[in-house]
Amino acid sequence: MIPASFEYARPRTVEEAVGQLALAGEEAKVLAGGQSLLPILRMRLAFPELLVDVGRIPGLRGVRTDGDTLVIGALTSHHDVVHDPLVRRHAGLLAAATATVADPAVRHRGTIGGSLAHADPAGDVPAAVLALDAELVVQGPDGRRSVPAREFFTDYLQTALRPDELLVEVRVPKADAWGFHYEKFQLSAQAWAVVGVAALVRRDDGRIVESRVGLSNMGPTPVRATACEEALAGADAAPDAVASAADSAAEGTRPASDLSASAEYREHLARVLTRRAVLAAADLT
Amino acid sequence: MTRISVKVDGTAYEDEVEPRLLLVHYLRDRLGLTGTPVGCDTTNCGACMVDLDGKSVKSCSVLAVQADGGEVTTIQGLASADGEWHPLQRAFHEQHALQCGFCTPGMIMAARDLLRENPDPTPEEVREGLEGNLCRCTGYMNIVRAVLAAAAEERRHQAPEPGAVAEHAEPSTAGSGAPV
Repeated sequence: MIPASFEYARPRTVEEAVGQLALAGEEAKVLAGGQSLLPILRMRLAFPELLVDVGRIPGLRGVRTDGDTLVIGALTSHHDVVHDPLVRRHAGLLAAATATVADPAVRHRGTIGGSLAHADPAGDVPAAVLALDAELVVQGPDGRRSVPAREFFTDYLQTALRPDELLVEVRVPKADAWGFHYEKFQLSAQAWAVVGVAALVRRDDGRIVESRVGLSNMGPTPVRATACEEALAGADAAPDAVASAADSAAEGTRPASDLSASAEYREHLARVLTRRAVLAAADLT
Repeated sequence: MTRISVKVDGTAYEDEVEPRLLLVHYLRDRLGLTGTPVGCDTTNCGACMVDLDGKSVKSCSVLAVQADGGEVTTIQGLASADGEWHPLQRAFHEQHALQCGFCTPGMIMAARDLLRENPDPTPEEVREGLEGNLCRCTGYMNIVRAVLAAAAEERRHQAPEPGAVAEHAEPSTAGSGAPV
């Protein structure tokens, strides 16, 4: 199908983009790579009056380090995230999760910022960013503010972004000392996750010191498996202890029932996939 | 209406387009380049895949205005000026990698992108590289064979030119993957 008509703006700076968003209010949508937005427009699930195409704003693309933090520009494509040596070294979980997003052509166009701002709980990038305890830097008319990933995702396809704010960068604490794994269950090669588990584990010889587990598609937002994280803290780095902790992975989640899976099946998947992800992240496979 | 200038298969075009015009419709309806089909229209099937500025994209999921200033290569731009087929086109023909042919333009564009990044892929890597392309005649076996055959042929015939840099190759393959 063909999208409904809209006006099109191509700002040259973040300030200009924010000004256009402020003027249009709720009637505007930000266009970056368009790999989530254009399918929605084509299916006529949204009717924005204005698309603000931020895709060519300089300075929003690329990866750098800032002390103990990895800074990823919002316009960095999934393809570039997957292949970036800094991301691979300091936030391997993000590269691993991003590598499973859709297919190569979509990863060429789709951006990390677009994926986070779209906030599909079935997306792979949001759960990874949540597990990495990233900070999302957004810019509005009054300047920049930083939103912790835990506070960014507020509801299904909803975020803490105000209508006149633009996500400009993702700041990820370097996770060099953490083992990681992204475990995704999908029904076909390029499909969304039925459930996905983004796991980080820090080990001290025979013990798991700390873990962080982000879940995709286990509720209206990506969520952390906090009960499982607590059960893993100080646990033996052994398959039995991990399996026992993973049994609590679905606690506190609110998965949907849909054509892909029932809520009960998703809870089952969360437990199984969490066990696999944590075992792999803890190097116990 | 928005003015765009775009180079497609080596020819420069300037046009006024509605912002909502999808790249695939621009190519087919405005430029008459119907070699790129519309398949699923939902970013799934990959039939409409073209190359935009050196990277494969699904042209049903790119606005024509987003291609402004860019360079597009479609399946119709692959053969050489004298009509000689691209090695991938030849391999698809020889390996019977198409039945109805609807997915073929996208398959070839995706395979071309894959071989640019990885000139010597394993069968598994070919499958992963083509995960965004669906064939409903279920010809995947022969498609994988064709891509491997084309890769082998290109490696035979294209000794790396000194100083050649692949368009977006990984550092580990830089210099060994001349643009296809």
